Amino acid sequence: MAENIALQLKNISKHFGTIMANRKVDLDLVRGEILAVLGENGSGKTTLMNMIAGIYYPDEGQIFVDGKEATIRSPKDAFEYKIGMIHQHFKLVDIFTAAENIALGMHDEGKFDMAKIEASVAELTEKFGFEMDPRKKIYQMSVSEKQTVEILKILYRGADILILDEPTAVLTPQEIDKLFAVLRRMRESGKSIIIITHKLHEVMAISDRVAVLRRGEHIATVKTAEVSEAELTEMMVGKKISLNIDRTEPKNPTDRLIVKNLNCFSIDGIQKLSSVSFTARSGEILGIAGIAGSGQRELLEAIAGLQHLSGGEITYIDPQTGVEENLRDKTPQQIRELGVRLSFVPEDRLGMGLVGNMDIVDNMMLRSYRRGRSLFLDRKQPSNLADEIIASLEVVTPSSHTPVRRLSGGNVQKVLVGREIAAAPTVLMAAYPVRGLDINSSYMIYNLLNAQKENGVAVIFVGEDLDVLLELCDRILVLCGGKVSGIVEGRKAKKEQVGLMMTKTEGVS
Amino acid sequence: MNEQVKKTRDPFVRITKRDGVTFGKACIVRAVCIAVALLLCAILTVLVTGQNPLVMFATVFKGAFGKGRGFVTLHEAALLLCVSLAVTPAFRMRFWNIGAEGQALIGGLATAVIMFLFHDRMSTFPLVLLMTVSAVVAGAIWGVLPAIFKAHWGTNETLFTLMMNYIAIRLVEWFLKIADKSGSNVVSHSLLGDGIPNLFGVQYLFNIVVVALLTVVLYIYLQYSKHGYEIAVVGESENTARYVGINVRKVIIRTMILSGAICGLAGLLIVGGASHSIDSNIIKGRGFTAIMVSWLGKFNPLYMILTTFLLVFLARGADEVSTICGLNSSFSDILTGIILFFIIGSEFFIHYQMHFNWSFFEREKNDEAGAFSAEKPAQTDEKEEA
Repeated sequence: MAENIALQLKNISKHFGTIMANRKVDLDLVRGEILAVLGENGSGKTTLMNMIAGIYYPDEGQIFVDGKEATIRSPKDAFEYKIGMIHQHFKLVDIFTAAENIALGMHDEGKFDMAKIEASVAELTEKFGFEMDPRKKIYQMSVSEKQTVEILKILYRGADILILDEPTAVLTPQEIDKLFAVLRRMRESGKSIIIITHKLHEVMAISDRVAVLRRGEHIATVKTAEVSEAELTEMMVGKKISLNIDRTEPKNPTDRLIVKNLNCFSIDGIQKLSSVSFTARSGEILGIAGIAGSGQRELLEAIAGLQHLSGGEITYIDPQTGVEENLRDKTPQQIRELGVRLSFVPEDRLGMGLVGNMDIVDNMMLRSYRRGRSLFLDRKQPSNLADEIIASLEVVTPSSHTPVRRLSGGNVQKVLVGREIAAAPTVLMAAYPVRGLDINSSYMIYNLLNAQKENGVAVIFVGEDLDVLLELCDRILVLCGGKVSGIVEGRKAKKEQVGLMMTKTEGVS
Repeated sequence: MNEQVKKTRDPFVRITKRDGVTFGKACIVRAVCIAVALLLCAILTVLVTGQNPLVMFATVFKGAFGKGRGFVTLHEAALLLCVSLAVTPAFRMRFWNIGAEGQALIGGLATAVIMFLFHDRMSTFPLVLLMTVSAVVAGAIWGVLPAIFKAHWGTNETLFTLMMNYIAIRLVEWFLKIADKSGSNVVSHSLLGDGIPNLFGVQYLFNIVVVALLTVVLYIYLQYSKHGYEIAVVGESENTARYVGINVRKVIIRTMILSGAICGLAGLLIVGGASHSIDSNIIKGRGFTAIMVSWLGKFNPLYMILTTFLLVFLARGADEVSTICGLNSSFSDILTGIILFFIIGSEFFIHYQMHFNWSFFEREKNDEAGAFSAEKPAQTDEKEEA
């Protein structure tokens, strides 16, 4: 057994500032196996793999390759140990051909001979059953072809250990099948493969063993054949923790926002939302759970008028008049002109919700500066609002004229949430509003959301922490790969149940 | 082996960003940089020419503000400031308009064409009005073309505006051929007439007054108007602009119309209010110097008054030095270059702090035995955190 281990990690730790990304992780990879690394967002999967691939350097611990201790300081070092990683974001030169990209950065002996490179690339594609024209340019390729180039690039450099960081996230089910076929062929030829994923059915379909990480720690490594999906989910999300967030019963909820069959594609042509339907009600917090990138951002942006939809309907019901308004294909400005008071706390606070270089006062009027006929700005009201928010939300800042980028993350968020709530919304959408916030700031945000709910606002809360979602929300909509895998009652749902829904889609390969 | 690797060594110089430097401290940094620049200029002067550097600096000053020079310098500064004001709204929007040269030239051309055609057929007031309108419209068209392409098809505005300069130059050359059959490369005063009359009988006063007014108006526009606010938001983050419902395309196009129009106005002042003639180099690179003025002035019209004067002062002083001291004009360019280099360089020291690690060398000696110690594994991580 011991001589059969291709790669072994012992006691690996890595921290960024005060955040422990990995804590004393042990892991081993047997030659000729496919090992799945499973974990939620932020569980440290990618960081761990980056240390094997030479992107990061561990703070503590040892890495053994073929039983000998290895020092991997750069991706180049990693290649010397025959380790290669396929990152989530491809690193290819668009205007080069596949073969040129594959040869890039190689220092072969003798003359640079493109024909020879193309021939050996063709040989590799043949051997592992890829479909690939070495002379095709990258910009003409589909996402899956680009991924193939990345894999070939690594095989061409002679890697025996391949690490794939969420390779299926960008692929269609058919493409996933093809990828898995290739991976199995590579396994047969003796390569060892690590695949990062959080889709359980893929783990079951492709891997020999599964290593589960949670909050930077290694929970267990088990044989895939001997474990069920439910057991894996429990390992992944852990036991429920009680947070004691106040949750009142919704007072006579009425339908406020009806979303039907939303479909949306990214610029690259990847389907981000498929047939998403739900209803948000007044006086209720609707949670949205899902692995990062399951379509949460697109969904909220579609409602806010920032995403182009290829299909579906968004209907808003005015609480006073009961009039229905169609919000689809309206710009944010048009939505406002309809009298729809829609507030949105986006995920990207300084890149979308606020302007980092402007002071708090100028950020206060981002939404309202158009008010009135005057050609000039009225800074008086925003200035008062800024002072109010600073006082009531305890924003720590030298003054209301401090650029918001100088504030700490929690204070930036208070400024943003404060502004959005000050607009007296009827619908409030918040994406990851407590990300990166300390406990006190987080609770302040929960309380603000709860207060809005009690005022009869329809609140939509996108979160990543299942414990929070389960204690805060009245209902939870679970997204998986752009589809709704279900809507559950926040008071009754089990953590494992939601975890399973997050990782499971129909159409298992 | 592993133990050794853990002793990652900090590099000798580490650069960190500093945030929130007080205005006073920033001024001190700038003053020190200018002092060092002057010192270097003085040393270079003594070494290369053997002249007394103090005499040289005095000459620079005389060149700019000496008898009868002050007003010309003021006018020179006004023209440069006008072009700089023109590019500022675009720059605030992070739209890199480097075509001010062409936009001003086309404004000048429009002025010249009107003067050429109508100077002896119309009375002064309607003529000036017609000149103004055509110059502003011509400049605006030159400015808005790249903006339309950028807004709708995402073309690169830097290349586009730059190339428009050459089209403007060729158009002027074409006009020269038509207007002046003698083959001269200038269409002179005699063919164009007087253009804009002197205000209160003072030459150039009209131009100076117009630019002074424009500075104030543009300052208010950028700082206090809703349009100015939209420009700032679009410049900072297009995503935020979309999020709050600003029509980004409209703002880009509107702002470039303004930028081009002010450039056209500059062309009017240069051709109609100063030279009363036109050639393809009438703007004299002000469109490019303006970029520096605007940038050094942090895109603030009031600060830009200072940076304009600094640049004009240096340029005129340097000219004087080369004539009086009998030096090659290139030498004065070198001195101007040194001073500008230090002024621009001072920004680096205002925003970044250097940390020196003196123990770097000590450890090197101790480490010689263990030559395999890690070189720079920690660096990638630092970047990631930042």
